[in-house]
Amino acid sequence: MISIPSFKPLLLSAGIALGLTASLSGFAEDAAPAVDPADDETIKVGVLHSLSGTMAISETTLKDTVLMLIEEQNEKGGVLGKKLEAVVVDPASDWPLFAEKARELLQKDKVAAVFGCWTSVSRKSVLPVFEELNGLLFYPVQYEGEESSKNVFYTGAAPNQQAIPAVDYLKDELGVERWVLAGTDYVYPRTTNKILEAYLKQNGVAEEDIMINYTPFGHSDWQSIVADIKKFGSEGKKTAVVSTINGDANVPFYKELGNQGISAEDIPVIAFSVGEEELSGIDTGPLVGHLAAWNYFMSVPTDENDAFIETWHGFIDDSNRVTNDPMEAHKIGFDLWVQAVEKAGTTDTDAVENAIIGLTTSNLSGGTAKMLPNHHITKPVLIGEIQDDGQFAIVYQTEEAVPGDAWSDYLEGSKDLIADWTDPINCGNYNTKTKKCLGSEQAAKE
Amino acid sequence: MSPMSRFVFGGSGPALAMALGFLLLLMTATGAADNQPIDPASGSAAKLTASSVAESSMPGPVADAGADVANDIAASAAPEPAKNLMAEAEASEPDLDPETGSEPDLTATFDERVSELTETSFKVKEAAAQAIADSGDARAIPLLKALLAGDLYYRTADDRVVYVAPAGSRGWALTDALSGEALGEVGRRDVRKITVNNRMRGALRTAIAALTLASPDPALRLRAAREMVGSDDPSVISAVRGQLAAEDDRQVTEVLALVVAIADLKQPDSDSRLAAIEVLHGNLYPQARNALNALLESEQDPEVLAATKAALDAIDRKRQLNSSIETLFFGLSLGSVLVLAAIGLAITFGVMGVINMAHGELIMIGAYTTYLVQQAMPGLTDWSLLVAVPAAFLVSGAFGVAIERTVIRFLYGRPLETLLATFGISLILQQLVRTTISAQNVVVQNPSWMSGSLQLNPGLALTYNRLYILLFALIVFALLLLVLKRTALGLQVRAVSQNRAMARAMGVHSARVDALTFGLGAGIAGVAGVALSQLTNVGPNMGQAYIIDSFMVVVFGGVGNLWGTLVAGMTLGVANKLMEPWAGAVLAKILVLVFIILFIQKRPRGLFPQRGRAAAD
Repeated sequence: MISIPSFKPLLLSAGIALGLTASLSGFAEDAAPAVDPADDETIKVGVLHSLSGTMAISETTLKDTVLMLIEEQNEKGGVLGKKLEAVVVDPASDWPLFAEKARELLQKDKVAAVFGCWTSVSRKSVLPVFEELNGLLFYPVQYEGEESSKNVFYTGAAPNQQAIPAVDYLKDELGVERWVLAGTDYVYPRTTNKILEAYLKQNGVAEEDIMINYTPFGHSDWQSIVADIKKFGSEGKKTAVVSTINGDANVPFYKELGNQGISAEDIPVIAFSVGEEELSGIDTGPLVGHLAAWNYFMSVPTDENDAFIETWHGFIDDSNRVTNDPMEAHKIGFDLWVQAVEKAGTTDTDAVENAIIGLTTSNLSGGTAKMLPNHHITKPVLIGEIQDDGQFAIVYQTEEAVPGDAWSDYLEGSKDLIADWTDPINCGNYNTKTKKCLGSEQAAKE
Repeated sequence: MSPMSRFVFGGSGPALAMALGFLLLLMTATGAADNQPIDPASGSAAKLTASSVAESSMPGPVADAGADVANDIAASAAPEPAKNLMAEAEASEPDLDPETGSEPDLTATFDERVSELTETSFKVKEAAAQAIADSGDARAIPLLKALLAGDLYYRTADDRVVYVAPAGSRGWALTDALSGEALGEVGRRDVRKITVNNRMRGALRTAIAALTLASPDPALRLRAAREMVGSDDPSVISAVRGQLAAEDDRQVTEVLALVVAIADLKQPDSDSRLAAIEVLHGNLYPQARNALNALLESEQDPEVLAATKAALDAIDRKRQLNSSIETLFFGLSLGSVLVLAAIGLAITFGVMGVINMAHGELIMIGAYTTYLVQQAMPGLTDWSLLVAVPAAFLVSGAFGVAIERTVIRFLYGRPLETLLATFGISLILQQLVRTTISAQNVVVQNPSWMSGSLQLNPGLALTYNRLYILLFALIVFALLLLVLKRTALGLQVRAVSQNRAMARAMGVHSARVDALTFGLGAGIAGVAGVALSQLTNVGPNMGQAYIIDSFMVVVFGGVGNLWGTLVAGMTLGVANKLMEPWAGAVLAKILVLVFIILFIQKRPRGLFPQRGRAAAD
């Protein structure tokens, strides 16, 4: 006998089910197989990137990059005479799961270093684990700054290496006077936009010339937001969109821009999270001329870059695959880590941390990347325009590499802070006025 | 400088030494010409560098000889005015022949201008493009258009500017951009695209517009005229005035008049300003409004001021209307997506009473079917959706029937167990797609007829993809209603859902009807997937984003009532879009959810509750 059930149990059960969806989806599937651990004489390297979920579009490539770097290093004879062995886990774009997987890597697999995370919320989620278990994390993505941990090396850009130069470019070269700061609703866009807003206001931009908008992860209905941007931009002053929209929400966003006929000459969009990889999922015809600010583009004309692209195509066995900025960051981070381990003669966390500061390696745009005492690196800033083949034409490049600044100079709370992990300061948030280290508890409150 | 010289001269020993010596001497000479004392130390140091570079690339004695020759030539060239050559030395391509090394002058030919496009500096390229546009040469328009479209390349071997067309599997067929001569086929690495930046693109568009303003094709003229709206370049305005007098197309005349009127707002006599304001009265081009706003601030004459205010008021009234229509459209389009996603559920959950947690995954399967159909018919993207709709219906429907026959039929009347079982199925289906296709999102192409927007007036455009999906949702709804109300299957479905025992007694094969009903609901979910693939990302997780919304719509509309689903979906869509401008996307969603919770407290059976015995169960 089938009957129409009454509502209360239905709603209750639906509620239970939705809760289950949220909590179980993380376990839905697990990682790619790790390399055969038969040989004890290996050094294990953890790879902590989402291979499924909303961030998989960006992070899967990074997992492959680390595997490629490890393979390459093993061909050269490994590190300290031992082979490297990758341990790959899948945190499935689920932030709490990142912490669990990080713990698993450090405690169960006893990895010497971890290469991983993309979103800042995932980094914040694993941070306490790395500090508690004294692990090493190499974080390859541009982020909002306002952080420096003893256990994390930030090989992506800090705001002064991406966001601020990008805004300067729009302001000085394109004469932009009105600003739309659009982002996904989480810590990186919110902090970056806070810094940018403070920076713009210090540069004389009025309150009503700044529009800030946040959308959830995976947002797909962009009609009214794009229509608002169009209206905001048609009031006479030159307008630009500074986009910190992350993950696959970018695809419908750019599609909607194209459909509503907003071209790059009218309202250019400069993105901090859209690279070659993200563009390979879109028809770039309507996007030509929109911008992105990074520290590396696949189109950089150097021999190092050509060699890197060739190795990548050989490894992935597909000559249509693209390279992007976080891949370069992983390469730099990996090179520096290998050098530091060789220099220290051990994979011990503290020894490697001391050894790595001051080491240099060549980046792919023809310069040098140096690990600074604040655990950030020096990077050139590049601005590119999207072309119809999904590549970027470089329209601006800083003459010299910019050193990464952990604490923004434009925010009240952080302008007096510096990070320096060498003696005598040895602190991630040292106040230069009070000459005091705030310590990790204070930093958590900030 | 030296690596560059080496590059240019290809490493030929004597030439290199000559070149370097020559350049150095010229630079010294420049110093002398500017009456500055020459530092002997730096001069000799520089010479040392020159000879050491020379030595490194050839045996010693030859180098010396080469340097001597260089000195001789340099000495003879030294009296020449060195200023230009200094500039040359600083430029990236030092040209060492004193005869042709003069600075690029204003009389440069068309060909020279074109070859300047291969430079890396955007400033040089922009100037060259402007000069090409001003040249009046017949080849200018196609050349600039190709440049704008990114179809202009140059051969890396000799910097010759070429058009390319794909040839063979990996090569390009080249055509000389100047002579039109075919240059044979080369590999893709042998040509490089001439890149343009935003500024250049803007300049190119205006330049092309100016060149096509007198074109015989009214559509081209219209586009050109639109590019010029808001321009304050006097030469452009006078060209527009000339064209306006000769124009016979009504639409083009309108736009040209607008261009002239905006410029006329700056006229000194108030009568022409008033006439211009008259033209701009109620005009929806944003440039018109901006120009009037600017006038409002600077105007002294009270009569003109009043007219400006009236014109702006008229514009604002129209804009208000536009914006209401737009919000309504956005809301309906969001609503249509909700209706599409929910309507399959309205059958399985609403009519059959099965809580199907795998509903989202059936949508996802429909979207993936679209992807596979597109993969199977490459080059026919425009038609693929017509095939994908029935295909997705059948594939998702088949999955639905299979799920019903293997799992759900054993669980009728046990909602909690159905819920857990279908939730398990949803995970299985997601994993199935991850392992067989990819964990990453796949690219579903938009057919060309779904891109772009329908321009209702200069201030209002409705995007085609949303428009079609709104229509599509209504058609699907109508068809479903027809099936349930007018066919034998529909009659049996309603009979079984109202009273199974009685229906069986009347000879209805209830098991078959259950399977078909579930299949119908699943098939509709698949069709929704086709529509959603055009709006959002297609990935294994996409179904999860719609399951909550779908249940919300069905519950809000009243379980078991298709009309309820339609009204509820549209209502929620419009409510969401009404709130979004002031609440933001995140808060708007939360507010809608809160509203529904409160509403269900008040009316637990939704907007359109079922009445009668069926509802009493």
